[in-house]
Amino acid sequence: MRNPIGKKVVDIKPSGIRKFFDIVQETEGAISLGVGEPDFDTPWHIRDEGIYSLEKGRTFYTSNSGLKELRQEVSNYINRTQGVTYDPIKEIFITVGGSEAIDLALRAMVDEGDEVLIPQPSYVSYEPCAILADAVPVIIELKEENQFRLTAQEVLDKVTDKTKILVLPFPNNPTGAVMEKEDLEAIAKVVIEKDLYVISDEIYSELTYSGKHVSIVSLPGMKERTILINGFSKAYAMTGWRLGYACGPKEIMEQMVKIHQFAIMCAPTTSQYAAVEALKNGDDDVAMMREQYNHRRRYLLNEFKRIGLTCFEPFGAFYVFPSIKQFGMTSDEFCTRLLKEEKLAVVPGNAFGDCGEGYIRISYAYSLENLKAAMERLERFIERLK
Amino acid sequence: MSTRQEILNIIEKNSRIDVHELSVLLGAEEIVVANELKAMEEEGIICGYHTMIDWSKTDIEKVNALIEVKVTPQRGLGFDSIAERIYKYPEVTSVYLMSGGFDLMVILEGKTLQEVAGFVSNKLSTLDTVLSTATHFILKKYKDHGTILAKKYEDTREIITP
Repeated sequence: MRNPIGKKVVDIKPSGIRKFFDIVQETEGAISLGVGEPDFDTPWHIRDEGIYSLEKGRTFYTSNSGLKELRQEVSNYINRTQGVTYDPIKEIFITVGGSEAIDLALRAMVDEGDEVLIPQPSYVSYEPCAILADAVPVIIELKEENQFRLTAQEVLDKVTDKTKILVLPFPNNPTGAVMEKEDLEAIAKVVIEKDLYVISDEIYSELTYSGKHVSIVSLPGMKERTILINGFSKAYAMTGWRLGYACGPKEIMEQMVKIHQFAIMCAPTTSQYAAVEALKNGDDDVAMMREQYNHRRRYLLNEFKRIGLTCFEPFGAFYVFPSIKQFGMTSDEFCTRLLKEEKLAVVPGNAFGDCGEGYIRISYAYSLENLKAAMERLERFIERLK
Repeated sequence: MSTRQEILNIIEKNSRIDVHELSVLLGAEEIVVANELKAMEEEGIICGYHTMIDWSKTDIEKVNALIEVKVTPQRGLGFDSIAERIYKYPEVTSVYLMSGGFDLMVILEGKTLQEVAGFVSNKLSTLDTVLSTATHFILKKYKDHGTILAKKYEDTREIITP
């Protein structure tokens, strides 16, 4: 028989998280701080709208681009948070999670051999998606001394004639880093100068703890060069609903919708009805969750200081990214031993790119009680290492 | 959000938290938090640090009832004086002035059905200004003070996700 598998896919290495997941699952009594989704339930009024839409029999496809009402709400939302106006008909469409939008944006925009700049550590899907789109991923290694922010110089160092796209993953998973307006202005200047496009993954935009999130689309000249990707998973605790959106220039959206229409048809209808309610009446829920995440964030940073773990202060998402370099182990060794000896699961930093080596990702999408129990275990482990 | 509001949000759910931990969660100095707590106690904003107990899980018998009370307000005193006469009984746990079909909502705790019934017929109904009462016994508490009593939170997420 012929080999059934295509070479391009085989060559993509599986997510480092998957490997670790299997080990954790076999460990009985393990506490995990390895989850990349909120611990809150979707607020009831949002779930209720989903249920209501089912009762009313709203069980058909929506248009490829998504419910008009939802696109209008997305447009209103971006307008009130970033002061930028997107046409809900031509410049916004609804996707199956932010992750679909990442995939589509890359597939719609690159030709074979185009280079895509991907800052790491970052979410695991940019690099494989770029490869599947026949592009060449070029990694920018973010540095702790810059609080894991992207600098204009780092972009300039990697730009070539073939560079077409810069992925901008902030607020960042796994580091928790955010980009301030000044940081973005410097990046925007390079992007315009070098005639690049930006894919800005802002899925954690509602979870910032030092002032409001600034999107690069709010800077002059950037709306026409940016695909803004966001969604409902993190802000409204709606991961399982699989709903996100992309906003950008109409010519690019048209092509993205074309792929979407053939591959997906439309995002889940129930989720879309629920999401309308989220955008209309969900601000208080987001504020409540943000407040609780912030308490946990402060608690963890305080605990790290107490037990002697170095960590820069992250102001976004729900992750902290402490350094474990002082213990003379790789991230994999550290995490495996922590799991074996104390039954505490955290994710090795190198799962998010080679430059995440020497760090671990700890999620604080857990109740304070959970975090306290986990910190006891972490403290015992670190005491033994010292 | 003000420090005050944040403190209240936290201690409303967890009154056992100490000043040190509060200060960590809020990113504020301990002395600031301690002063705010003291001030809010003095101002009567914080009225107590009670414990939520699901008595139905113990072997101690408790009966709770809601009583709708219609009264004749008194000239110059309105409802305050009659409310006071009612809330002074130790078995009365809450008294609210209501809009709508009746005037006072009285929440009562007793050991037995008879005890509650006796209180209503002997003490409450016999007050001069009380016109009528309607007693509703609580059969089961599902949620109280924002806490779901019926079931425990269970984390059903995958253990590790990107």
